[in-house]
Amino acid sequence: MEGQYSDKVMEHFRNPHNVGEIPDADGIGNVGNPVCGDIMRLYIKVDKNEIITDAKFKTFGCGAAIATSSMVTDLVRGKTVAEALKVSNSAVAEALGGLPKIKMHCSVLAEEALRSAIKDYMDKKKKA
Amino acid sequence: MRRVYLDNNATTRMREEVLDAMLPYMKDIYGNASSIHQFGRPARKAIDEARAHVADLLGAASPEEVIFTSGGTESDNFAIRGVVQALKAKGSHIITTAIEHHAVLNICRSLEKEGCKVTYLGVDKYGTVNIEDLKKAITDKTILITIMYANNEVGTIEPIGEIGKIAKERGVCFHTDAVQAVGKLPFAVKDMNIDLLSMSAHKIYGPKGVGAIYIKKGTKITPQLLGGHHEMGKRAGTENVAGIVGLGCAAQLAKRDLPEESKIKELRDYLYKGVTSGIEEIHLNGHPEKRLPNTLNMSFTYLEGESIILNLDMEGIAASTGSACTSGTLEPSHVLTAMGVDPVKTQGSIRFSLGRDNTKEDMDYVIGVLPPIIKRLRAMSPLYEKGK
Repeated sequence: MEGQYSDKVMEHFRNPHNVGEIPDADGIGNVGNPVCGDIMRLYIKVDKNEIITDAKFKTFGCGAAIATSSMVTDLVRGKTVAEALKVSNSAVAEALGGLPKIKMHCSVLAEEALRSAIKDYMDKKKKA
Repeated sequence: MRRVYLDNNATTRMREEVLDAMLPYMKDIYGNASSIHQFGRPARKAIDEARAHVADLLGAASPEEVIFTSGGTESDNFAIRGVVQALKAKGSHIITTAIEHHAVLNICRSLEKEGCKVTYLGVDKYGTVNIEDLKKAITDKTILITIMYANNEVGTIEPIGEIGKIAKERGVCFHTDAVQAVGKLPFAVKDMNIDLLSMSAHKIYGPKGVGAIYIKKGTKITPQLLGGHHEMGKRAGTENVAGIVGLGCAAQLAKRDLPEESKIKELRDYLYKGVTSGIEEIHLNGHPEKRLPNTLNMSFTYLEGESIILNLDMEGIAASTGSACTSGTLEPSHVLTAMGVDPVKTQGSIRFSLGRDNTKEDMDYVIGVLPPIIKRLRAMSPLYEKGK
């Protein structure tokens, strides 16, 4: 295993927050691929004031992948869509007390999953 | 918390007898083995004895065919580069496999940059190399065949007897990286047409930092570590006396305990049966029968290896994985990929490698701990659709 995980990372790994699906989600983000070894699916529920009221995730991936997915759902709940778009991968990594260099790509994937979910929400909104 | 070590292919715990044998050579018997005075002579004697023990374990015709090195990696470097340099006039084609240890693979890749041609033989779904492919690959410029005795990740045992025969018939030097096979499988190098063999002490309950290379008498090979005339002029450097003594002792014990491997095999099979009865969609990696007695590599479909290893570690269990996230290079296991295992299953591969200290209670503990871990992780996986 490359590098030591921080206590915060292990906490999120042991007891991840918001695992699951949202059946009537307003946006779903799907990123990653099996060759890479990381796949994240992020579900968001957005109210009429553009506030993210719920976020859930499912992840196929290592300790850092699970921890960053869990953290990103914590970070976006209660934020507006516009605020959520500002959540960067470094913010996720920082909130976790840092990640080993070789695991930083997991935080990038979490940011991409969030953007993908928000884009899906906006596309759905346009169609409505 | 119960601690269960199931990563013996990575390294083993040094035996008490090995440590006891080594200590005097780190304390009072400190002379340089090459010195002719009374401080050096006991060290020289100890090295000679260790050499005989290793030769005996390997089934070599003579102890002089055993040269001590700093470990398996150095032995691999010595064998491959040493032969390429010695046989330059004949040719520069090497045949190896796609599933060798990174030591052999990286040495070969480096030699390719220096002008050598290398054929990397593929393997079947069990990790076994095809003898017909080997025969077809040999040319009059082939100077070396280097194929591992047994694979470290999945345990598959290669047809070394047949390979040795072909090598002899075609007049090609044959090296085998037997780091994982020594001490686990019974064989004698002198009966198998093996010209060169690599082994390592820390895989057979000996110390880290010492190993050996077997060089059959008459083999043309150029020394790689130059300096003094140590190891019969083949490998310079003041001898690591304590380490060598440790290796010799470990070799003696390995030969004595070889019959115990059948007990380890029973435990390993018991573990496999127990794990698969409590969990669905597990894929066994490696040959079902022609496999190291202690190795069990399984893929837990829909899951990633590191997350399983971390969970096992939290319960006191040590194992390893072929997932990309744990290989320093972010590449998944090259062995499983060469065997044609699909990417998702490759990422979810876990290797349990048993050792002499494991008990049935250890296996029962793992069998009890694993199903809830897999269940919890599968509920979190976007690839796992319940009831699919």
